[in-house]
Amino acid sequence: MSISNPSKSATSVLLEVHALTKKFGDFAANKGVNLVLEAGKIHALLGENGAGKSTLVKMIYGALQPTSGRIVWQGKELHIDNPAAARELGIGMVFQHFSLFEALTVAENISLALPAQLRNKDLNHRIASLSKDYGLPLNPDALVADLSVGERQRIEIVRCLLQEPRLLIMDEPTAVLTPQEAEALFATLNRLTNEGCAVLYISHRLEEVKQLCHDATILRHGEVVAQLDPQQETAATLAQHMVGTSVHQISRQSADNIGDVLLELQNLNQYSDTPFGVDLLGINLQVRSGEIVSIAGIAGNGQGELFAAISGETVNADRDAVTIQTMPCGQLGINARRQLQSAFVPEERNGHAAVGEFSLTENILLSHHAVRDGEVAVQNGWSGINRAELARINQHVSDTYDVRSASVDAEAGSLSGGNLQKFVVGRELDRKPKVLVINQPTWGVDAGAAALIRQVLIDLSRQGSAILVISQDLDEIFELSDRIAVISRGQLSAAYGASDMTREEIGLLMSGAHEKANLIQDQTGGI
Amino acid sequence: MQLILEKRAQASHFMHFASPLLAISLTVLLGGVIFSAMGQPPLTALYIYFVDPLTSLWAIEEVLVKAAPLVLIGVGLSITFRANVWNIGAEGQLTAGAILGAIIPIFFAQWQSPLALITMLALGMLGGAMLAAIPALLKTRFGVNEILTSLMLVYVAQLLLDWIIRGPWKDPHGYNFPKSVAFDGWHLIPTYGDGRVHMGLIIALLAALILYWLMTRTIKGFEVRVIGSAPRAGAFAGFSQTKMVWFCFLLSGALAGLAGIIEVAGPIGQLQPHISPNYGFTAIIVAFLGRLNPIGVIFAGLLLAISYIGGEGVQIELGISDKTAQVFQGMLLFFILMCDTLIHYRVRLLKPQGGAL
Amino acid sequence: MSAYEAIILTVITASTPLLLAAIGELVVERSGVLNLGIEGMMVMGAVSGFAIAQVTGSAWLGVLMAMFAGIAMSLLFAFMTQTLVANQVATGLSITLLGLGLSGLIGSSFVGMPGLKLGYLNIPGLSDLPVVGKLVFGQDPLVYISIALTIGVAYVLKRTRIGLIIRAVGQNHDSAHALGYPVIKVRYACIAFGGMTSGLAGAYLSLVYTPQWIENMTAGRGWIALALVVFSTWLPGRLAAGAYLFGGVWILGLYAQGMGLGIPSQLLSSLPYVATILALIVISTNRRLSVINTPASLGQGFVPDR
Repeated sequence: MSISNPSKSATSVLLEVHALTKKFGDFAANKGVNLVLEAGKIHALLGENGAGKSTLVKMIYGALQPTSGRIVWQGKELHIDNPAAARELGIGMVFQHFSLFEALTVAENISLALPAQLRNKDLNHRIASLSKDYGLPLNPDALVADLSVGERQRIEIVRCLLQEPRLLIMDEPTAVLTPQEAEALFATLNRLTNEGCAVLYISHRLEEVKQLCHDATILRHGEVVAQLDPQQETAATLAQHMVGTSVHQISRQSADNIGDVLLELQNLNQYSDTPFGVDLLGINLQVRSGEIVSIAGIAGNGQGELFAAISGETVNADRDAVTIQTMPCGQLGINARRQLQSAFVPEERNGHAAVGEFSLTENILLSHHAVRDGEVAVQNGWSGINRAELARINQHVSDTYDVRSASVDAEAGSLSGGNLQKFVVGRELDRKPKVLVINQPTWGVDAGAAALIRQVLIDLSRQGSAILVISQDLDEIFELSDRIAVISRGQLSAAYGASDMTREEIGLLMSGAHEKANLIQDQTGGI
Repeated sequence: MQLILEKRAQASHFMHFASPLLAISLTVLLGGVIFSAMGQPPLTALYIYFVDPLTSLWAIEEVLVKAAPLVLIGVGLSITFRANVWNIGAEGQLTAGAILGAIIPIFFAQWQSPLALITMLALGMLGGAMLAAIPALLKTRFGVNEILTSLMLVYVAQLLLDWIIRGPWKDPHGYNFPKSVAFDGWHLIPTYGDGRVHMGLIIALLAALILYWLMTRTIKGFEVRVIGSAPRAGAFAGFSQTKMVWFCFLLSGALAGLAGIIEVAGPIGQLQPHISPNYGFTAIIVAFLGRLNPIGVIFAGLLLAISYIGGEGVQIELGISDKTAQVFQGMLLFFILMCDTLIHYRVRLLKPQGGAL
Repeated sequence: MSAYEAIILTVITASTPLLLAAIGELVVERSGVLNLGIEGMMVMGAVSGFAIAQVTGSAWLGVLMAMFAGIAMSLLFAFMTQTLVANQVATGLSITLLGLGLSGLIGSSFVGMPGLKLGYLNIPGLSDLPVVGKLVFGQDPLVYISIALTIGVAYVLKRTRIGLIIRAVGQNHDSAHALGYPVIKVRYACIAFGGMTSGLAGAYLSLVYTPQWIENMTAGRGWIALALVVFSTWLPGRLAAGAYLFGGVWILGLYAQGMGLGIPSQLLSSLPYVATILALIVISTNRRLSVINTPASLGQGFVPDR
């Protein structure tokens, strides 16, 4: 396949967006945004979470309708009524949270996104040949549920390529890739631009934007604050444009007070009880007082399962699988483990770490109702709730961790992502835990909140607590960690000193360099 | 024109209380339309339906008699639904409670003491809880949908009652009518004076108050609300989903069983094939109309009791089928669910696209 | 006609209403919606079918009206759950309660009336063939319609683009919306289809099975149909097998009563309900099959952002 666009001149403007505004009720997600995309160029769209990037691309892709403003495609003003209309024009999009259907096959998934004239009998054949041509191998008959995250992204890309796109929108495509997979993706994108395609590239990884993109537009609070050439900037200046002020630098002394092992996993095996889950196999890890150990890995490799197994949300058959403060507690529930002065922060803020419909005060109770070390020491389900005490803790958390909400006792669901995360982290840290396990500490929060959270984690560890961070964000991992381990397909590598690790080495581990084939064998034999 | 919803930043407290009132108004309004469609003067019919039951002492007594089982079952269901557990077989649990409780008056007729009555009530609760334990077991052990199993058991319990009352438990001196012996003495729930209102009403109110306290003041109530709103947050808090299913089924089953034995030992006075005008199903409406809040359930129970008496009223005075009560009850549930949307959303009419750009 | 043949014929008549109601619900659930209102839609179909047949003298007009009544009830459900995002379980219950009440009100004047019966197919020559004649060519028309619907649904879901879209919407409504599929419209259409077949199932009861109007004559069949859908793990072929199995259990109870074995009739009458529970337990033991086929968005409301 080739994308025939012989008229590839230096300034072939493909798409112009003029004064685009989108309001949700009274809130303006985009205010008077202007954007020009040229054929053959990769244009970066930068901004913090909530800056309006997704809203803008959804309008270009027809998934949202603008409140006012104009969209001009190849010199003609038009309305893009829905994504199907966008695809007819030659606009393709690869979503950050994939728009895939797990129980359908690769071919069915692709067919769902294709215009009528492209769905025909030899679709499977074309998928196979195109994916091979671009070095993105795919089996059209495989069920999506059985594929890795990287393979799933390939489906999204191939599905766009089949339509011979003029414009490809990519929303945080490398967030789910190993560094090696990301390089392969860049090669594909460069090939596409050479063929005359335009790419609108959303990312918060400034280094890769500098490496890849020709132009950049930066959004803040729904408005364009800068349009520039990323090659001429540094990552720091780009960040400054995004955040508006200079970014708070995290201070981190070296960990010189490493003490006893406070959290230990010993040959932890945990089999998933759902067909789409990941089994944890033979996991060993020690976290000592005074250090931060991070677990890197691509999403969906058993991070959620590992968190549940360590926290006690899922109970293990083997009491020695998990040891907290010298106490074997594999068979104990989460509250019994909390009583060993440990605390846990799950990945999902709303619905797991907090109940969105409940007030902040009530959300304090969620993890404080059965802890001896906490102030609300309640052992029995039938005893009363000390509301005054909860309100006091809430006030303290909100003051100490700068939780901003409409009122001090607002519904948790009404807080912004960053503020809710500060609340959740603060709630656990308020108990001064000796062991803290935190899954994706700054996922989807603004730079200010992320810096605050990372700083308090470092401070806690330097005061002698053992901290285990599970994260997909390599920047975050290098910023925080003393030692790094990598999880892939439910197996954990050894933990190496952070200063000895490179991104490339982590990338190799992410793609399973440490996996033991015999464990996988055991797993399939066990079913 | 298109109807669209806009999520509110926070749930509306005003709509939380206004929604049931709005639903009642809509029911009355549509009820008037239905009456006039049936060729009846709407205002007169509505008056007979909703106001007459409150104008005579006799009718008020009947309303309270009907409210007792509705409140008793409704409070149990309000907590169950709060926890996102769907016991819709209360009608069967009511029947099971009536059967088990009736063992005392039928087989131990000579045992006349307050203790006999207490034993009957306890057996009633046990019967309801035992039947409710089946869906709980199947749900927690095999993951079987509790809606279907609890409902299927309603038919089974009713057929069981039908069989024993036409067979082994039939009154031998009852001229072959399908009825048990008439209960007497301490096998009947005490009434106030010579009227029909009985102790069951006090028991129902007490149950509502205790459960209100449970829901608002204890960790157990918090547990119910957390598991109902966000099951994963429940796991994070260390609450067991399995135990919650058991708790809800045993509680609501026991209360429905209690309502069953109170009905046969109270207003009915003996076991017979039909012991409930669908109290177990109507209590579902009571629970929702009462905002799944035990205190709200008391008021909702009274309103639904009025709908029964009103239904009988229009049947007697206007000659309309007593099914009107069931229609009104169905409409009420329908409208309450509709109005509840307004708690979390604003509803807007969207003009067709075009002028937007 | 041999006794053997007669039993098969009655099993088919007992199974057809279950199959009709369940095949519609299967489509509804495949699109990600749980409609517990089948019993209510069915009983409304039964009463309105009977009423129109009485008034017009045409059983076919009755069938048409029953379909219309089922659709009307289902659209109420769709408006509540799709447009207003009300809780699907509670709304389904309200449809059932409303349907049982309303049908009683409408039908109060028809109780005890002798009804019209939909005729049997009679193809001269073919219907008189030995053994297979009555069985294959001598059923009432709705039996053929129910089988055709089942085959049609199986074909559409598995082989056509519309089926693919329905499955996609039921799997993941957010992705379907992101790709530009009208989630809510698709669900409206599926719900209306479910209403239509439930109405047909009701008409079958009041115009074929026992051609008269009896209050609450659905007797829990709507709920059994719901259980059948779970039992079938959302596959039409298994659904048909399940429906005939359940029809068989139903008839077994009736025959055993007639034979006077001394078994209490109530015990036999409870057979279908007990069998439903047992079937649900059996199917639940095969976790993987159920989980993979379960529409992942089942029962969840969907509100698009605009």
